[in-house]
Amino acid sequence: MDTHNNPAPIEQQTPSPETVDIAIPSPEGSTGLSSRQELPVEVEGTPAGQIVVTPATLPVPTRQRLIWLRTLLKNPKALVGIAIVSIFILVAVFAPVIAPGDPTEFVDSPNLPPSATHLFGTEGQGKDVFRQTVWGARTSLFIGFVTGLIITVVSTIIGMSAGYFRGRIDDVLTLLTNLFLVMPGLPLLIILSAFLAPGTGTIIGALAFTGWAFGARVKRAQTLSLREKDFVAGARVGGESSFKIIFSEIMPNMISIIMGSFISATTYAISASTALAFIGLGNVSEVNWGTNLYWSQNNGAILQGAWWTFVPSGLCVALVAFGLSFINYALDEVTNPRLRAEKELNNVLKGKNFRKTRTRATPVYRQPR
Amino acid sequence: MRYILRRLGFYLIAFWAAITLDFFLPRLLPGDPAATIVGSGGQLDPQQLQAVKEALGLSDQPLILQYFTFLTHAIRGDFGISYSNFPAPVFSVILTGLWWTLLLGGCSVIFSFLIGNLIGIFGSWRRGGAVDSFVPPLLVLVGAFPPFFLGLCALYLLGFQLRWFPTRHAYEDTLTPGFDLAFFGSVIQHMLLPSLVLVLAHLGGWALGMRNTMVGILAEDYITMAEAKGLTQNRIMYRYAARNAMLPSITAFGITLGFVLSGQLLIEQIFSYPGLGFLLISAVQKLDYPLMQGLFLMITLAVLVANFIVDIIYTRLDPRVRAG
Repeated sequence: MDTHNNPAPIEQQTPSPETVDIAIPSPEGSTGLSSRQELPVEVEGTPAGQIVVTPATLPVPTRQRLIWLRTLLKNPKALVGIAIVSIFILVAVFAPVIAPGDPTEFVDSPNLPPSATHLFGTEGQGKDVFRQTVWGARTSLFIGFVTGLIITVVSTIIGMSAGYFRGRIDDVLTLLTNLFLVMPGLPLLIILSAFLAPGTGTIIGALAFTGWAFGARVKRAQTLSLREKDFVAGARVGGESSFKIIFSEIMPNMISIIMGSFISATTYAISASTALAFIGLGNVSEVNWGTNLYWSQNNGAILQGAWWTFVPSGLCVALVAFGLSFINYALDEVTNPRLRAEKELNNVLKGKNFRKTRTRATPVYRQPR
Repeated sequence: MRYILRRLGFYLIAFWAAITLDFFLPRLLPGDPAATIVGSGGQLDPQQLQAVKEALGLSDQPLILQYFTFLTHAIRGDFGISYSNFPAPVFSVILTGLWWTLLLGGCSVIFSFLIGNLIGIFGSWRRGGAVDSFVPPLLVLVGAFPPFFLGLCALYLLGFQLRWFPTRHAYEDTLTPGFDLAFFGSVIQHMLLPSLVLVLAHLGGWALGMRNTMVGILAEDYITMAEAKGLTQNRIMYRYAARNAMLPSITAFGITLGFVLSGQLLIEQIFSYPGLGFLLISAVQKLDYPLMQGLFLMITLAVLVANFIVDIIYTRLDPRVRAG
């Protein structure tokens, strides 16, 4: 099966059983269809031995592909998640307006409870907790989104290559993925950050190094099933390069999975970087939610009863993670046909005198024609 | 049997990869590794310096020989001397923490797995019912909190403010470890709060995963068949649906062990619970590099062994794997 990455004899590549015995002319042949042509063309074989070539118009497939995105934007869970995350992004961007002043400045006596002058009180060294929380959003979110992006790119490339090429390449990449999956993440992260030169770059690198495997696995599985689809076979018959098939045929059909994996990678990066900063790895003089918690614990906030020094930062991390996972649950609801069928059934049965507890079997969803 | 052997082979490769990573780590340190380590580890005499170099496998030998020396030492469990507990060997320091980690981790993982899956089963069975509508979203909200932050809040509220639970260590300082009731009581009392936090943190994931798998399984024909046969509801629920829905949960069990352990490391640090996580974080803070390396390998080994046990259980539950 490792012949799939180069244009092999066409007869081997017509996959579905009903299209056997069709001799399709080679791409360079008399039909004059070449891969350089810009218009997308669908090549199909019929049982009678005819070849049907349909030039597809561009906007139609694009719209169908992104149908989930529009459904997502109508999903209440997704809207709640998007709202929460957007608020935090705005807070991070407008930190100088919302909480003017240097967050590392000593403003008052230590451990003051929340008041009108210091909204969230002051921490164990007399710094303003509100300023630290608002400014902390900047680094925390920055690390989170940048790492999420890196992890998504790495895991997409590795997962899709493994799923598309199969054979030797798949064996090696899958072994690598499984190795990283089985290694305990945080201990690896801790010793990496402890041994490497400290800094934001190191933290991002270490987070990406330990966090790519799960996404790669999910994408490999999806690529494996997509590569058997007719449109991929069609592109292969059309003489497209593997690179082009992966990125312009398979990838657009995986956007929802890639987006889901970006969101979980970002959630992971925010929580893990906070955990690392909390135990004092990374730059402790920088202001982010993790270092806020680190200083709170180091200054004995729990013993002093100064709950306001650790609750805001921890709550921010939790809220961002909650918002992101809400988007992901909504994404799952929109793209998983079974969960979707469930929802449709509930809508139909709403207000009707129907004992739903008696119907246990999950309904099956069909796309309306 | 072939499946088990294949998994065993994979875990051996994984362990070897962890040792290799461990070997290269000190070489990633900026500058001369031995000097950096000793410089930050405090004053050592030449004899100790030599011991440090040997422990790290840093000698003047060619790299490949250094690597094999390190490999054989690691397999024997010889990681040299821990600076922060001088002159105790790393291995004996690790052993003091291992049992506490296994106790706390084992209990909390098993409880969160059982309770979470039960919630998932009931939720999917009565979809749209009270359990299904309120419990999973609530658990997801709790699960979004970083476990260590839950730990901080629980410690502050239940430990320091309400004084319901002891706030540190694995047992009362006044007791000596032994096989008596007072000691066991104290151990359980000290374990309650950290394991409660860990169970809460991971419950949502199990419940939601189980629910979604069950929703899929309940659409299968054999469930309709079982209903048509007039089997009791309990039999369909546990023997037909849940048993099959367990399989992805069991697979996930292996993978999540790493995550669970990660959360536990920080919880141990917060509750000063003397397990591997507490040791690892204090080793990081005291820049005790040999102890860090040894702990990383030991934690990896624990996760690999636990995964292997999960694989064996999996073959018992899924006859298809045994046949394949």
